[in-house]
Amino acid sequence: MHEYSLVEALITRVEQEARRRQALRVHALSVRVGELAGVDPELFRTAYETFREGTICAGVPLTVKHVPASWSCPRCETPIARGAILRCPACDAPARLDEGSDALTLDGIEMEVP
Amino acid sequence: MCTTCGCGDPELVPVELHEKILAGNDRAARHNREHFIAAGVLALNVMGSPGAGKTGVLEATAKAAAAKGWRLGAVSADLATDNDARRLEKAGIPSRAITTGQACHLDAELVHRSLHDFPWQETDVFFIENVGNLVCPAIYDLGQAANVVVLSVTEGEDKPLKYPVMFKAADLVLVTKIDLVPHLDVDLAKLRDAIARVMPGAKVIELSARTGEGMDRWIAWLEELRAPLAEARAAAPRAAGLRFDHVHAADGEAHAHVHPHGHDHEHPHDHGGHEHAHEHGGGDPKRG
Repeated sequence: MHEYSLVEALITRVEQEARRRQALRVHALSVRVGELAGVDPELFRTAYETFREGTICAGVPLTVKHVPASWSCPRCETPIARGAILRCPACDAPARLDEGSDALTLDGIEMEVP
Repeated sequence: MCTTCGCGDPELVPVELHEKILAGNDRAARHNREHFIAAGVLALNVMGSPGAGKTGVLEATAKAAAAKGWRLGAVSADLATDNDARRLEKAGIPSRAITTGQACHLDAELVHRSLHDFPWQETDVFFIENVGNLVCPAIYDLGQAANVVVLSVTEGEDKPLKYPVMFKAADLVLVTKIDLVPHLDVDLAKLRDAIARVMPGAKVIELSARTGEGMDRWIAWLEELRAPLAEARAAAPRAAGLRFDHVHAADGEAHAHVHPHGHDHEHPHDHGGHEHAHEHGGGDPKRG
């Protein structure tokens, strides 16, 4: 249940950014959650909906973008099939996780500024 | 202010951040890592299910380390009790308990706080025994040189496939309690195969803390990781004696030397030209 501590970090960051820009209101948030981020998107959403009350994010919708996980060879870039051994059959190099597969990022905030 | 028509109404602006939600934790982890490297201490994050044998492996390591002349230290986390820390103390490893209350994992800030009242600089190998949990601890960088995941043979061959995030983060998997294999239906080849499907360049050591089988390979792995740090320490012995809050090394590139395989994706700080407001220095007042 680390989703709650993640949401706490998220809201703290949004509050900080809103203060910095003297925002009047926050309208929307978007986050990206990779399949291997170690976060359950539904739990994350529930945690957000609980935690946002009483903060600048109260009533603010959250868009969660899912990124499927994929691996490839760092040398020849050949994709490694899902569920396969994480080593390139041709180069024998350990597979590399593709960009976004384990992302857990705050992509953007839509806010109202004076 | 709306400048299109000059009406003075507030304006809706999209702020692009593309920033890691755990950026605050990662900053604290970098800080810890700098301290560990500057002091020449090999710090390891030991993770695994409750009952996997994390404490047992460390107890057995104490004997082997004494022969090597290494000084060990540990912080041991659980939701409640200091039983594990007391077990480690009894085995000759100076230890502190971190009771996390409701938190299911350690974060870099908790580790940092625990270091303030512990003579970690006087250790050669410092174990951070995480909360028994195969899920949450995986995503929190603590500033360790490497992640060690402890998996016992009693847990089932498909455990790695069920918890891919944890095994993806592992630098080493210690398969423990192999003395029990004759009494179980476990197939070690299947277990190894499962690990190789979730851990790139899988590194696995099978051992028994009870019989000592395989302990030499684990000690050799530690020794290899420790070598560059030990050299740095010998070259600058004074660094090790500095107090934690006074050591402020330059950004730790040395990390790359002690990491068995560079987890570049784990510590990125590249915001690729996106607008980005990042507060450096200030500790995040996170978590209650």
